Amino acid sequence: MPAEDLDEESSVWLRRLGAGGGERQAAERELHARLVRIALAEVRRRSASTPVTGPELDDVAHQAADDAMLAILAKLGDFRGESRFFTWVYRFVVLEVSSKLGRHYWRNPPVSLDAGQWERLPGRLGIDPARHAEAAGILAEVRRVVDDELTSHQRRVFVAIVVDGIPLDALAAELGLRRNAIYKVIFDARRKIRRALVANGYLEEPGVER
Amino acid sequence: MRELGRLERFLRTDPRDVGCDEAIAVLHIYVDLVTAGQDAAARYPGVAAHLLACGPCSEDFTGLVQAVTNG
Repeated sequence: MPAEDLDEESSVWLRRLGAGGGERQAAERELHARLVRIALAEVRRRSASTPVTGPELDDVAHQAADDAMLAILAKLGDFRGESRFFTWVYRFVVLEVSSKLGRHYWRNPPVSLDAGQWERLPGRLGIDPARHAEAAGILAEVRRVVDDELTSHQRRVFVAIVVDGIPLDALAAELGLRRNAIYKVIFDARRKIRRALVANGYLEEPGVER
Repeated sequence: MRELGRLERFLRTDPRDVGCDEAIAVLHIYVDLVTAGQDAAARYPGVAAHLLACGPCSEDFTGLVQAVTNG
């Protein structure tokens, strides 16, 4: 996108970061300070949903800001002005926070990989304890499909994410896979389980349970 | 059984769902549309479908909205 088509703030920042000497250094310092502020706010926003706490959480934020800064400067030429500059910039920070919290999860994990805590599934699904007996049939069928019809990889991923509640980014980090790869496995497993539940009379199309 | 609604909703998949990679690739554009009050879901229905189904990408979306709103 030609520079004249960018919004004013985006143009100014691209010019400053593309300049030489002191102007560029000042822009980079200012940008980094903004990234740190956004990263700290983001880890605090997510603090209730991660076992990472205290100073380690602040460390994650600073590491995320540092790595985002490197990525932004390396990819500055890719910015096409399809969004405001800072929306594009902050996306790097948010994604770094996600990725780093996923990796840090395993320093003090509340549940281990392959725990297979099926007894906790009703609670995860928000089923009232008084209704667990009523739900037992369909949940037993879910488990049968997981055990009998999913591939071993699908089963491992489904149990980790859905049964044991391991965050998707944490599992991706542990297995060395991309988030999208894990999501696709879960997506296919969801379809397979749903088809089986419909075929065996536990659910009706287009999605009304009996 | 009403309690199983959550299970049913979880198992229901949307064929328009573009997956994480495509959603994240345009997340900044999507967020700018949302924060400008425009109909981002109409322009990117596959992204909207994905954000409804994917917890991590939905978290990133929420975080980015908050960053640009409060940043």
